[in-house]
Amino acid sequence: MITKEIATREISPDELLLNTLGCAGCSVVLAARWALKVLGKRTVFAVPACCLASVTIYWPQMAFRIPMVSIPFATTGAVIQGISAAFRHRGITDVNVVGVAGDGGTADIGLASFSQALVSRRKFIYICVDNEAYMNTGVQWSSLTPYGAITATGPVPEVMQERDHNKKDLFGIAIAHNIPYAATACTSYPLDFMEKVSKAANTNGPAFIHVLTPCPTGWGYPEDKTIEIGRLAVESGMWYLCEYQNGKIRFTYRPEKKVPVSEYLSLQSRFRRMKPEHITQLQSMVDKRLAAIEALASLE
Amino acid sequence: MSEKKFTTGADAVAYGAKLARVGVISAYPITPSTHIVEQLATFIANGELDADFIKAEGEHSAMAGCFGACIAGVRTFTATASHGLAYMHEMLSWVAGGRFPVVMAVANRSVGAPWSIWGEHQDAILQRDTGWIQFYVETAQEALDTTIQAFKIAENHTVSTPVMVCLDGFNISHAEEIVEIPDQDKVDNFLPPFSRSVVLDPDNPLIIDVGAMGRLTGVWRFEQIQAMEAAKKVIEDVDKEFGKVFGRSYGGLVDTYKCEDAEVTVVGMGGLACGATRDAVDSMRNNGVRAGMLRLRSFRPFPNELVRQHLAKAKSVVVIDRDFSYGNEGAVYTEVKAALYGLQPCPSITNFIGGLAGADLVAQEVQDITQKALQTASTERTKLIFQYTE
Repeated sequence: MITKEIATREISPDELLLNTLGCAGCSVVLAARWALKVLGKRTVFAVPACCLASVTIYWPQMAFRIPMVSIPFATTGAVIQGISAAFRHRGITDVNVVGVAGDGGTADIGLASFSQALVSRRKFIYICVDNEAYMNTGVQWSSLTPYGAITATGPVPEVMQERDHNKKDLFGIAIAHNIPYAATACTSYPLDFMEKVSKAANTNGPAFIHVLTPCPTGWGYPEDKTIEIGRLAVESGMWYLCEYQNGKIRFTYRPEKKVPVSEYLSLQSRFRRMKPEHITQLQSMVDKRLAAIEALASLE
Repeated sequence: MSEKKFTTGADAVAYGAKLARVGVISAYPITPSTHIVEQLATFIANGELDADFIKAEGEHSAMAGCFGACIAGVRTFTATASHGLAYMHEMLSWVAGGRFPVVMAVANRSVGAPWSIWGEHQDAILQRDTGWIQFYVETAQEALDTTIQAFKIAENHTVSTPVMVCLDGFNISHAEEIVEIPDQDKVDNFLPPFSRSVVLDPDNPLIIDVGAMGRLTGVWRFEQIQAMEAAKKVIEDVDKEFGKVFGRSYGGLVDTYKCEDAEVTVVGMGGLACGATRDAVDSMRNNGVRAGMLRLRSFRPFPNELVRQHLAKAKSVVVIDRDFSYGNEGAVYTEVKAALYGLQPCPSITNFIGGLAGADLVAQEVQDITQKALQTASTERTKLIFQYTE
């Protein structure tokens, strides 16, 4: 249980140096740093092509101070299975095996190996750092890009149609594997996120955390607004904080009063081409999705 | 005591991996390699092998699982073929580039279209430039023995490069032969436990496979090139040492058959082509033709010096390819021709493309082509012959 609140400047760089090549306001690095604060130095990271790898391990600027391996894009689930199997074979039980992959690396190209890893029931933590597009390569669409967001590869807002959907339900996909622990989180709620990392580390089997990591570069907002934007994502219902344990879903935080999605959208240039009817459409998608999770969370 | 078994090449490979005490097997089924990992799964289920089996959802992940286990400090093995090997392509370069000593058996098979499960070498040839050592074996016994040798070569600290043990799909993978299964004690003495300094270890944190560009990548690549070059001697030494311990050796990089005084030499790889060629050589020798065979056991590293040395005195050379490089010629043919560059006098050299997709390749056919090549050596310096079209 994490109870002490500390300021960011008090966080030591024991596991990850403070100077990375990350953009100003990058919350992917925050997610890695906070996860490592919980997990400690007896942790190994496997990281495929994604923002986190790009900004931490480009020679000679090595930011990680824990064992870390960079891996091909689609392989996070498979590599952490391999590491987990090898540690088990060697009788190593005190090292956290952690895969950290982006939204595309998890929900698109890495989905098959992600799924198989969850099926394998091996002990590991999989963290999907979700900045809602292929940011590292210049903001291309992924299946976790929200409805209406401009990316370098679409959609073209002028022809945005009803069939364009909001981001894929990766959390739903994960819990469909009936794994022991899964959670959604956001770097704007660090204690909630770290609590979930702690639970994941104490899970005997696959644990999955899908953390929303706002991105000033790709989303188009001032870099000092990263925390605020993440909070608005949750307050508006565009994102939600919940966890799945022992077969049950529960919310770990519920906004007191829902903010309209338009308020969230208006602060980011990636949504600037959405017309009123698109916003109405997205509000309806968000309401439906939340209602579905509410229904699941109310199940006994 | 070693025991003799009447068994398939696939089983023989599985015995080899078991005797090597692999710790993690990560695999996905594909014909004709599947029996190898099925047999290993059986060994695990019987308690005969203490290993963890990762059931991957595809070959790309199968190799990624091997990679993960290898960087976590465990000896790993997998087997595949054809489309499975093609599906692994990205991981093959990654594993070789990072210098991870994974060993993999490949039961060579055609790559579609057309859809064909049958044997040829195209699948492994397609992976030629990924940086893996490639062996092609002739018998089930050699498949077993080479699997054990492969770990020793791959894990040699100078080499530190992954190894592919290629066995002809069906002709070797499925055909049964008498195979001697070596003693575990002897194998344990021959092959030390897995040891590697570049592993994921919280007490010695390393960043493995960093981002690199330009000069650093160049240095990295050059070391890879040197390792492959160093592997030539290691392959020879390991095969000799194997011979001393187990009483069987295979010539290291190349295996020769009656080629010392040969006026015409057939070059090939694998069991089907070289089995037929051995019979053809005997038959031609009976007819007074001084024929011989050079079997490439190692295709990567390519034994340029040995090929040149063994073929220098021949009037004519025939290269059998169970593969094709579209727009040019057989891949082995290209390599052999290059090895002969500058020889004076240089033998005529014929490329026979045959045994594709499991098509039979018999001694009489090899004999006819070889004798004709010898007769026309002075007029036809290079020639391409396709099975079933001429």
